[in-house]
Amino acid sequence: MRKQLRVNPINCAGHGLCAELLPELITLDEWGYPIVSGEPVPPGLERHARRAVTDCPALALALSDVPR
Amino acid sequence: MTHNATLPPPGPQAGQDAAQQLTERWRDGRPGPLPRLMPAHEPADLRAHLERFGAPPYRGAPRRLIGDVEAAGLTGRGGAAFPTYRKLAAMTAGHGPAPVVVGNGAEGEPASHKDKTLLWFSPHLVLDGLQLAAEAVGSVTVGLYVHRDPRLYGWLEAAIGERATAGLDAARVELIEAPPRFLAGEKSALASKASGGTALPRFKPSRASQRGVSGRRTLVQNVETLAHLALIARHGAAWFRSAGTQDEPGSMLATLHQADGRTGVVETTLGTPIAGLLRLPARAVLVGGYHGAWLPAEQAGRLPLANAALRPLGAVVGAGVLAALPADRCGLAETARVASYLALESAGQCGPCFNGLPRMAGALEELAGPRPDPRVSADLERWSGLVDGRGACHHPDGTVRFVRSALRVFADEMDHHARGSCTGTSGRPFLPLPGQTPLDDADWR
Repeated sequence: MRKQLRVNPINCAGHGLCAELLPELITLDEWGYPIVSGEPVPPGLERHARRAVTDCPALALALSDVPR
Repeated sequence: MTHNATLPPPGPQAGQDAAQQLTERWRDGRPGPLPRLMPAHEPADLRAHLERFGAPPYRGAPRRLIGDVEAAGLTGRGGAAFPTYRKLAAMTAGHGPAPVVVGNGAEGEPASHKDKTLLWFSPHLVLDGLQLAAEAVGSVTVGLYVHRDPRLYGWLEAAIGERATAGLDAARVELIEAPPRFLAGEKSALASKASGGTALPRFKPSRASQRGVSGRRTLVQNVETLAHLALIARHGAAWFRSAGTQDEPGSMLATLHQADGRTGVVETTLGTPIAGLLRLPARAVLVGGYHGAWLPAEQAGRLPLANAALRPLGAVVGAGVLAALPADRCGLAETARVASYLALESAGQCGPCFNGLPRMAGALEELAGPRPDPRVSADLERWSGLVDGRGACHHPDGTVRFVRSALRVFADEMDHHARGSCTGTSGRPFLPLPGQTPLDDADWR
């Protein structure tokens, strides 16, 4: 099952860690909030994506199944 | 008190003449004359209601009504136009405790009066629909969510009491107070408030994971949708479909704001020409309220009030707000006023919304003035892209739709402002806003 990244925009406080850990899929907007690619996470980046999820200080990032 | 003067005065409503004319015109060959939902000019107590409509036709068991609602093609009248039967059917699937049913009468949109008007004139039709929907999904936990307005609240309490005395229903409806905020009627805000929390929108990771009241499955239906459901239960799907179009059947309530300042709620059919509801010409037409879109008046004048025609143009029927901007007003100034209001009504929970909306409102104020900084348009376009789709609720998306439509429709006016002139000759505000916007966190309770 392919996974995608989702931000909970209420929990997100704009720490910006995710964009440092996973710049391939996450950039920050001009206020410091993540813009997350909705594409399925490529297999080579899954480990980094998991790291970004577990390291988010606000627990605002999640990996979820891509809806079919 | 920000929600004063929202109730219509009893008696004939302004704009009723337009609906009346339409009714007359369409009587030939199109059965089911309007109005259906508010047939009298007097608010109906239980006795008047039962004389007119008879007792609610309970089916004696869950699920039985859902097929009729599906055949009728009823969609939600709160703005999203989602098929009602699918929401009903979803409640009857799966296990766990019986669902909660809540009628949503929290009409936070300042330009919309149709739900308050319906609750004032036909409270028992809404309560019938609420009870019938509850029966259809096997629920006995039923609520009605409305704004704090002492007059309306007291009237609804009395209506609920009348039904209890008459022993009409299986469940007693609990009134739930909505705070006077634009977003209080958002579905997840409603569920939060009804669970004893604040009326703030919540994050919904996916449709399936939506939590309802106290974690239970929760059916939320707009009060007008429930009133239609109560009539479908009585008269059937074919009767309901005798008004409206094949794809968007039935009638709907609309709040009209005429260019001459007259305002009123009318019942019309989906597919009615907008030119039959608003007196045109006008500077521009706002369709769908403050999360809706401006259209050039000439274009709007050729369109029917139907999503099939409006969606390709970036507009929606929404909750049925139509406003004809007077020829002497500046569309940019009106848009800037409303955008400032929408920015203040952000729940302030999501970064892109609480950072972006005030900046967008500031940029619009600049554009509404003389010789705006030429960089402002590009800023506004960039911020619109940054907030669109990035909130827990649709407030940023709806605000962007409204703002972007203004940039399209009032492009000529922007050129005038760039040269230091404005074609508006009256600075008098047109679109209605609450007297004051609460800025206190307590206002979400």
